[in-house]
Amino acid sequence: MGKHVICRLEELPPGSSRRVDIEGREIAVFNDEGRLAALGNRCPHEGAELCHGLIRQFFAAEGAGEYEGTGKRMLRCPWHGWEFDLSTGQSYVDPARVRVRAFDVDVAPGEGLSEGPYKIDVYQIATEEDYVVLTI
Amino acid sequence: MSTLTIDQPKQDLRIAGLGAVDCDVHPRLPMRADLMPYLSDYWQDMFPYRAIDRMELVGYPVGTQPFNRPDCEGGNKDVSALAKAHLDPLDLSGAILNVVSGAQGFYDPYLQAAACEATNRWIAAEWLDRDPRLRASLLVPFRHPEAAVEEIRRYRDDKRFVQVLAMGMGEEPLGRRTFWPIYDAAVENGFSLCVHGGSVFRHAPTQSGWPSSLTEEMVHWSQAAANSVASLLSEGVLTRHPELKVVMAESGVSWLFATIWRLCKEWRGIRLEVPWLKESPEIVIERQIRMTTAPLDAPPGGPEEMAALMACTGSSDQLLFATDFPHDHGGDLGVWPKELPQDWAADVARNNVIATYPRLEL
Amino acid sequence: MSDVLTDPRPETAAETATKVVDCDIHPSFRTPTEILDYLPSRWRDHARAFGIRPPNSMTGALAYPRMGGGMRQDAWPPTGGPPASDLEFMRAQHLDPLNIEVGILHCLNPGPSLMDLDFSAAYCAAMNDWQVDRWLSQEPRLRGTIVIPQEDTAAAVAEIEARATDPRFVQVAFVPRGIEPSGRRRYWPIYEAAAKHGLPVAMHTAPYGWRENTGAGNASFYLEEHYAVANPIQSAMTSLIFEGVFERLPNLKLVLVEGGFAWAAPLMWRMDREWARMRDEIPAVRRAPSDYVRRQVWLTTQPVEEPPRNADLKHLIRWLGADRIMFSSDYPHWDFDDPHRAFRIGLKPEEKSAILRDNARAVYGF
Repeated sequence: MGKHVICRLEELPPGSSRRVDIEGREIAVFNDEGRLAALGNRCPHEGAELCHGLIRQFFAAEGAGEYEGTGKRMLRCPWHGWEFDLSTGQSYVDPARVRVRAFDVDVAPGEGLSEGPYKIDVYQIATEEDYVVLTI
Repeated sequence: MSTLTIDQPKQDLRIAGLGAVDCDVHPRLPMRADLMPYLSDYWQDMFPYRAIDRMELVGYPVGTQPFNRPDCEGGNKDVSALAKAHLDPLDLSGAILNVVSGAQGFYDPYLQAAACEATNRWIAAEWLDRDPRLRASLLVPFRHPEAAVEEIRRYRDDKRFVQVLAMGMGEEPLGRRTFWPIYDAAVENGFSLCVHGGSVFRHAPTQSGWPSSLTEEMVHWSQAAANSVASLLSEGVLTRHPELKVVMAESGVSWLFATIWRLCKEWRGIRLEVPWLKESPEIVIERQIRMTTAPLDAPPGGPEEMAALMACTGSSDQLLFATDFPHDHGGDLGVWPKELPQDWAADVARNNVIATYPRLEL
Repeated sequence: MSDVLTDPRPETAAETATKVVDCDIHPSFRTPTEILDYLPSRWRDHARAFGIRPPNSMTGALAYPRMGGGMRQDAWPPTGGPPASDLEFMRAQHLDPLNIEVGILHCLNPGPSLMDLDFSAAYCAAMNDWQVDRWLSQEPRLRGTIVIPQEDTAAAVAEIEARATDPRFVQVAFVPRGIEPSGRRRYWPIYEAAAKHGLPVAMHTAPYGWRENTGAGNASFYLEEHYAVANPIQSAMTSLIFEGVFERLPNLKLVLVEGGFAWAAPLMWRMDREWARMRDEIPAVRRAPSDYVRRQVWLTTQPVEEPPRNADLKHLIRWLGADRIMFSSDYPHWDFDDPHRAFRIGLKPEEKSAILRDNARAVYGF
């Protein structure tokens, strides 16, 4: 397990996503309206890159025609539209058998990033900026 | 290679002795003279005045060769003939009568209602009252849902009517909200729903129009059954009434696995359109969809392949024994179908039937 | 448990090296009016003045609107324009990484179904010119499908004759939602012309047509419609069999596209049973219907059905035969299938190469 600095926060503005390749894994990192989330990048179904997916709320319905937003954030696979819980990676359509891995992702101030367990391959860390840090 | 091994005995299994219920038996169609005593004075005037008599659907032509076994001529003309030709030799403990006629073919909603009501009264008086083994499907006017609801309520206490009959190709796709009062009333009173093969020709049987031959048209009954399942599922009828059993009659059996496989895939990607459908289609279908066994359209290769097919579909609990008497599917009606594993017989011929029809008291 | 799906395995070296024939790729216009540039001025003026009128209920939206606009969300070219409108991006995203040796184009277009038959002929000719200009002349891996004004038989045959000598066109498109069932006599000269030139006839599912999409009327939801789009290719196959077309034209090849394939096995069993008891009605059908299917019909795979238990797909392959099915991706549409991940069962190597490549090579003579 390690912590990886992915990018500067301003490079991942709200509504955007990016794919990062770390320790042989493809990971999709999302900024969902200011909240960060990270999932394995490949859909377990047919291998679509989830970093291209849309994040929207989960819609439920008690009866036909009674559409109801739940507020729960879901990722829609960019190919077949399978919905995954953005925070856990669990599939809605086949929760017992299908799941993508979810990873911890946080914002950390540049100050202090040059010390401790962080892996920084690419970036010159500036203390006055915030960074996206992924734990894997 | 199949993982299922079926040890089928070499000798035939007789239907007699199983206590079987035949879930699809066709009495002859009632003519005007049969219905007259059961019509109101207005319709007693109109039926002869407007030359309404035979009412045989071109989309279900019971007068033609495939609908008549050569060895059973006249076997469905009345109760005693039916008993002699079919009920007695098979030692049936029950038989469900399905009248698939032009009663549901009229466009005038009130005429449709009158024809359905009279047919039900004729069935009750001329058939059900005369042999305790007989049960029937209730005809209701899908073109007039309020009258359909009234008809269902009228028969609340006559439990010999065990299900409501709908055409596989009727007025509109069966799941449409227009028809919900019919299903609500059916469920409230313990009726199951029978979706029967055939068309009232409101719409062409195929997406490119009218096939030339009856053969080609009848091939399409399975496609119509599949679309009915998709409609009842998508519109939310099945999940609104999880206790409702829907019996696909005379539409084949082997099509359903392919329908399930595709609907499962569709639902995973498109469920956002129908968020009221919260369970994967195979769960809903295995719980609620049943099929009669004549015809089967079984895979070649015998009972072992049939077992593989039903494992792909769900389980053999979805099958209800039927002969489709007197329609001509060949073979010896007194013998358990060779394609079906014999060790399914007790369930398919009886137990599954009892589990499907809450109103059925044997 | 083999059915559990988590992060997928990477493709193996053997998979990456496997050459694939993709039997269904959908090229797109860069702009909605691009076709006008390929029409003669008389029809360009007509289109602007009176519109382009197929039996579809609206323009600018589908009556059954699709999820995600019907597209893979990752297929929008970075240079702009709709998915599959940019050859460079199609190469980079699809043809190169999937090692596609041949990709067959299906132009989904209103031409064959236009209500004005003269406009239909002009539009179809323009579609064929567009295929050559934008795709076939630019990329040797791509092959074309001849678009024809099928409701005007003579014009359709003329269009086949005009294109048949161009080896870049490998088949004739016939929309299975025609005015009459596909096997009816009015269409026979089209099949005769295709068979004469050794061109298979490809029938692709269609989102609209001249009739309702079920025998009980139009369904309500896209979920049902996307199920029912497989119906017309079933009906077309049935119609060609029972109208005696395959009996008359034993060299005709029929390829059914984008309807999946699970339905084909039970439909063969059903057709054979009905034929056996009712064949006196249809004496022109001299063999069991499944014989014609096994001799003259192929199905493309997408959308691959998804059984609740993946392993059950093996039963279907046994019932249908791996020699009947040919891989198709449906790129760039939302229900795209990946050649190495769509079949989640352990196919035998010879089955896999047959489905991904060899059957198509044999059918088309690649």
